[in-house]
Amino acid sequence: MLILLLGIVFLHVAALVLLFVSTTVSAWTTGAARSSDLWHNCSTTNGEFHCEPASTGEWIQAVQALMILSIIFSVIALIVFFCQLFTLQKGGRFFLTGTFQIFASLFVMSGAVIYTVMSPKWVAPTETLGWAYILAWVAFPLALISGLIYVILRKRE
Amino acid sequence: MLTILALASIVLLGIVPQQSEAIVIYTGWERHALVGSDIRLSCSFFSWRWTSEDVTFSWSYRPDGARDSISIFHYTGGAPYVDNKGPFRDRLEFVGNPARRDGSILLKNLDYGDNGTFTCDAKNPPDIVGRASSVRLLVFEKVPIQAGVITGAIIGAVLGLLVLIVVIYYLMRFLVARRVFNLSVSKHGRKGKGKEGSQQRQLWRPPPVTLLPLTS
Repeated sequence: MLILLLGIVFLHVAALVLLFVSTTVSAWTTGAARSSDLWHNCSTTNGEFHCEPASTGEWIQAVQALMILSIIFSVIALIVFFCQLFTLQKGGRFFLTGTFQIFASLFVMSGAVIYTVMSPKWVAPTETLGWAYILAWVAFPLALISGLIYVILRKRE
Repeated sequence: MLTILALASIVLLGIVPQQSEAIVIYTGWERHALVGSDIRLSCSFFSWRWTSEDVTFSWSYRPDGARDSISIFHYTGGAPYVDNKGPFRDRLEFVGNPARRDGSILLKNLDYGDNGTFTCDAKNPPDIVGRASSVRLLVFEKVPIQAGVITGAIIGAVLGLLVLIVVIYYLMRFLVARRVFNLSVSKHGRKGKGKEGSQQRQLWRPPPVTLLPLTS
């Protein structure tokens, strides 16, 4: 059963790491000479690499907020899991942990969806969506599965 | 002895200000404005010398994307001379006070073509060595929201809601335990107490101490 515990924690931490990397790395869209993400638009013009803050649109800020919130909720879920591990009674379920984790996955999903919908406005047709964006989409089912496992899991005798 | 001291102090007073004698000009860094509105571009300077009567202010303008700048305003000999041929004719007004080292100008009825860099250069003879300072003008249809305002607002709202829910939950539990509320008191009260009170042994045998006989 220790293996089960380790596996669950590993899954949770993996989802959390994916969320971190996806939020901070500048690779949501990549083109021939520029890449942009939630925070910066970087471009390589005439051999010099130059970054400027992303446009101050309302939607990109919403995506930023949702990604950060998902990280916060996932961290809270991890802390609450360890708390509940020691204080939950027999037969109890990790509802609280599961709730936070599922919320985290919902936030990631809405962030990615908003980015997808608004991307024609920000991304020129010559540019493709980058790997950090794909990581966000991968983090969503991982977090969702992790949350569901917490909800189903029961402290048995 | 006294004369030597007096001469030395006069020489020092003459030398020291000259070494720190560079005029420093202050304008803003960037200005945002709406189409059709007016904007006041401020320019002031710091100088070790008294403000002389020959103080001069001059503003020049370089449109976005252009390489050359044109002169649009000059104040000299106590009189301002505004642009009467260039892009700002009839739209430029001098609202500064040279005696107070203020060389600000007022631009009226802004348009998208006024996007660019405005440079202010001031001279306060004999203090003429200094660097001109530039302010960038951005004209918008509507003023954009600052970066990060909405982000912070969303995060703050959600976390605030979370804290509120937690506070309300504990408040309800507290009130139920105190029998203030009469709704399913026994069930909630017991469950709550059960959760807090007992430290039951768990199945997962977390790495710290577990006693095998207890988990039968």
